[in-house]
Amino acid sequence: MKKENKGIIGYLFNNRHRSRTISYGMVIIAYLILEAMLRTGNLSNLFLGLLVPATCYLVAAIGLNLNVGVSGELNLGQAGFMAVGAFSGVCVSGVLAGSVPAIPRLIIAIIVGTILTALIGFLIGIPVLKLQGDYLAIVTLAFGQIVMNLIMNLYVGLDSSGLKFSFVQANFTLGEGGKFLINGPMGATGTERIATFTAGVILVIIALVIVYNLIYSRSGRAIMAARDNRIAAESIGIDIAKTKMMAFVISAALAGAAGALYGLNYSTMVASKFDYNTSILILVYVVLGGLGNFNGTLIATVVLFLLPQLLRGLQDYRMLIYAIILIVIMLVTNNELLKTKVASLRGRKQKAKA
Amino acid sequence: MSKNETPILEVKELGIDFGGLTAVNDLDLAIYNKEIVGLIGPNGAGKTTVFNLLTKVYKPTRGTIFFDGKDTAGKTVVDINKAGIARTFQNIRLFNNLTVLDNVRTAYHNNIRYSPVEAVLRLPGYYAKEREIEGKSRELLEIMELGEYADVTAGNLPYGAQRRLEIARAMATEPKLLLLDEPAAGMNPQETEDLMRMIRFVRDHFQIAVLLIEHDMQLVMGICERIYVLNYGMLLAQGLPAEIQANPEVIKAYLGD
Repeated sequence: MKKENKGIIGYLFNNRHRSRTISYGMVIIAYLILEAMLRTGNLSNLFLGLLVPATCYLVAAIGLNLNVGVSGELNLGQAGFMAVGAFSGVCVSGVLAGSVPAIPRLIIAIIVGTILTALIGFLIGIPVLKLQGDYLAIVTLAFGQIVMNLIMNLYVGLDSSGLKFSFVQANFTLGEGGKFLINGPMGATGTERIATFTAGVILVIIALVIVYNLIYSRSGRAIMAARDNRIAAESIGIDIAKTKMMAFVISAALAGAAGALYGLNYSTMVASKFDYNTSILILVYVVLGGLGNFNGTLIATVVLFLLPQLLRGLQDYRMLIYAIILIVIMLVTNNELLKTKVASLRGRKQKAKA
Repeated sequence: MSKNETPILEVKELGIDFGGLTAVNDLDLAIYNKEIVGLIGPNGAGKTTVFNLLTKVYKPTRGTIFFDGKDTAGKTVVDINKAGIARTFQNIRLFNNLTVLDNVRTAYHNNIRYSPVEAVLRLPGYYAKEREIEGKSRELLEIMELGEYADVTAGNLPYGAQRRLEIARAMATEPKLLLLDEPAAGMNPQETEDLMRMIRFVRDHFQIAVLLIEHDMQLVMGICERIYVLNYGMLLAQGLPAEIQANPEVIKAYLGD
């Protein structure tokens, strides 16, 4: 039996809690610093506009890491789920505008967006999760595109007779005083911007709590067992289809929540924002952060999300430099020499403790 | 075998064809409570195929399998485990990225349950059940002499310990019948000796039946109370270890003419 440190520090930093303590710590400290800078007016306008989208990508990436890292199934359709959350959130907020104040409206919009996305994730999961590996990745890519294209052809409007929707522009007319919530390829227009940075950070923390609590539980172990060895997992009575579905749906639901917040952060938004480039972008955050490593996801998402914005000064060379930086990160983090060096440092620390 | 009780596992005229190849044919087996039974035979005799038939990895072409008095036709691998058959694998299949303790904890999936909602919200049920799972898992690790490895990643275990961990994991599903596929493969005589002691202890402590495939005759003759010999997918002989050792047919199958 190993000896464990007593007291609160020992509890927070023991093997089971260390990574989550670091996660929550990073998020809270970053929030306090940014919030202080916000209050004192020390944030540039450019940076100000990036805060909410950054938290959205964090939530979507945390969800995707559950699916790709913990469950081991490559999903290239995360942006499609964000789109569902975003546009359903916008619709809910549009319908409730005027009758419900901003903060409860934001909460309701996120909850509805999350539930709807989870439902669609479940429906897509039924056929998709019969596949494995590359095949599953390709089909999720297709489903992401299908969802995006459906929304691009969706007309939703609100008039005196209530909420209306149609996939055909020709027979979509709104009564007097009606307004479009989603206007086909033009997307959502005239959305009231009710998303706040604080709401984003709370959502990140909720996502972390859900994911960490799930991983260190019966369900989480079943998900990881199914990833490590399907045949052995079945032999001990684990229903593979059920566990894979659970990870897939929770991952989709988190993307939906992220999408709802994202949608309510802009007054206009088009569905083509959520194409496969966005899915790949989120996947890059997850892979470079480390599969199954949520601290890595947090750091990689923030750094890689801010990087292109900070490189704006380079204009045309921006994406070139971005790509080079990605490659360098990959090479460095996969460097055996560096890994053994880090491992030996860590070993020495542990020996010193004992 | 003049036992009056009904067998826990009763196999009748079991057979499976793969295309034109008959891998197992006309096999009758009966295993009684608290027995340790050996299934031996030359390479390619169909021993592992029998395990895969018993655990429904393969669907039998012919014959019936009754477990605990119930027909197992139409059941899945998961159902069979829930019904009370657990197995280990010839080529070790652990959850390599999980710790030794988590490998065993995972196997309590169906016996100690709580919902994902309880887990995410950390309701009192979660803590109570997790404590129970951890206690039982550590007990199993002690029995299989893996206590010192509890926090080691399963993929990094020494070979012999990996085989013992597979047994611990199978036992965590609280089976009535344990199928061991070459548990002593790759072990030295001392490790095999320890393993025999552990298998006997597991049988006595948990009051279960054990069916094991093994090539190591020291182990087979040392712990099996009865032995079935399989050759070319058919039953060649059955009986007590001494009878099997003296059986000229068996000697011929192993050594040739």
